[in-house]
Amino acid sequence: MRKVRIGSGAGYSGDRIEPAVELAEKGDIQYLVFECLGERTVALAQQARMKDPDSGFDPLLEERMRAVLPICASRGIKIVTNMGAANPVAAARKTAEIARSLGLSSLRIAAIIGDDVLDACKDGDLPIMEFDGTIKQLGNRLLSANAYLGAEPMAEALSGGADIVITGRASDPALFLAPMIHAFGWAMDDWNLLGQGTVAGHLLECAGQITGGYFADPGYKDIPDLARLGFPIGEVGEDGSLVITKVAGSGGAVTEQTCKEQLLYEVHDPTQYIQPDVVADFSQVRVEEIAADRVRVNGGRGTKRTGTLKVSVGYVDSYIGEGQISYAGPGALARGRLALQIVRERLKLTGVAASELRFDLIGVDALHGADVSGHANEPYEVRVRVTGRTENLREAVRIGNEVETLYTNGPAAGGGAFKSARDVVAVASVLLPRELARPQVRFVEA
Amino acid sequence: MKLREIAHSRTGDKGNTSNISVIAYDEKHYPLLLEQVTSERVRAHFAGVVEGEVVRYELPNIAALNFVMTGALGGGVTRSLALDAHGKSLSSALLDLEIAAASDNQ
Repeated sequence: MRKVRIGSGAGYSGDRIEPAVELAEKGDIQYLVFECLGERTVALAQQARMKDPDSGFDPLLEERMRAVLPICASRGIKIVTNMGAANPVAAARKTAEIARSLGLSSLRIAAIIGDDVLDACKDGDLPIMEFDGTIKQLGNRLLSANAYLGAEPMAEALSGGADIVITGRASDPALFLAPMIHAFGWAMDDWNLLGQGTVAGHLLECAGQITGGYFADPGYKDIPDLARLGFPIGEVGEDGSLVITKVAGSGGAVTEQTCKEQLLYEVHDPTQYIQPDVVADFSQVRVEEIAADRVRVNGGRGTKRTGTLKVSVGYVDSYIGEGQISYAGPGALARGRLALQIVRERLKLTGVAASELRFDLIGVDALHGADVSGHANEPYEVRVRVTGRTENLREAVRIGNEVETLYTNGPAAGGGAFKSARDVVAVASVLLPRELARPQVRFVEA
Repeated sequence: MKLREIAHSRTGDKGNTSNISVIAYDEKHYPLLLEQVTSERVRAHFAGVVEGEVVRYELPNIAALNFVMTGALGGGVTRSLALDAHGKSLSSALLDLEIAAASDNQ
């Protein structure tokens, strides 16, 4: 039976770089996938592109490509990535330039375009899923609308001879599904195979999260050598059979436990994991350790894809102001509480216009609130944190200022004050009729 | 005993919804999870955090439960005022849940 080995070289845009080099050098892989596009990253990249038409792709593209291109080119390892962000064509041109500078010629680089569906969303004035409102009601706060594309255009690019495929917004599992469809010729209506392929892609897309990252809990779940965490490899058969593994000798571990945790990561109803290519069903998946750092995962299924694509809409939501300051030693908790009380009163007295405010004591109740954290003992030190949502930057700045003035106006011995104010680009979702997104493949020669 | 003694857990986020898996270390403890880690208890445990509902999904093949909690992330990951906007640390809070050991030495 034919098999491919697909490595996962990044689980988010800022991820470690050497594990991907290790995969290319020692992983015996045919494909290396980099998932680097967070929920709101496209919106931020779109803002960058509006300022400079040659920008708008992942800021670490150059560093990652320089690190892996020589070894991938020499071994014929194909790269698939969403580092194109808001400008896949510019990312492809940049990659071609890097390849030439490394003396690598004749690489075929494909950019996938067509995820930008801003006009179609405006034309349809589509309703927003998360709150009452429509696209048009966002007015000039609307920044971007990008559809989660499926695997088809990426598989088409690979079949067209691409060595490197660069997309913008695409479903994360589809980055992995595309090489499977290309390598095995899976039919785009073989729902069970696409469902099992989606299981593979879903398990691999967060890279280190299945090899022991986001997992260790000393004494309960111990993982060796997290500083040298190896990234995962999916060994996929043409019948959809799947083994998750990693490079021998790398840090971390692939176990039934790491695979089960990642299987359910960011999943809601496990019988309906909605993807652009298929509605995957994870509910019958089985996980079995067949050797050290080798876990077999099977039982993924699927049903027919839906008639819509999920679209991530970026918009300017609000502004957030924040201030922090620390107290320590005997009475730290009481002084921290007094500090919060003072800031609460000051924000009222001075009329800071905030639609939402939050008062936390880091080390006491900041993560889960007073109700959940109620039984904790008195800590040695606490950190006061006040945040608020405002309509403009000026008001946001005032929140941090009211924390900072605690230095000379607040409880005894407050130190390490910090303040910030920023605009908030948030994302919401709409559902777009599938036929209104028209993905295309553009080739760039290196 | 604490839930932490028999299960492990991971949190995921999508918009303003958090999901928390609870996975038995040993599948023999799955019935304990089914019986005692109910959506009502999880909702009560996260009073002050979860504003919406808690729905439980069961995955007997991997001895796991998946809790989906709406209105749990301060208005959504990308706009939340919270220190942990993703709610990544919520799984650890859930493992603090008290579990009564079964009488038949389960």
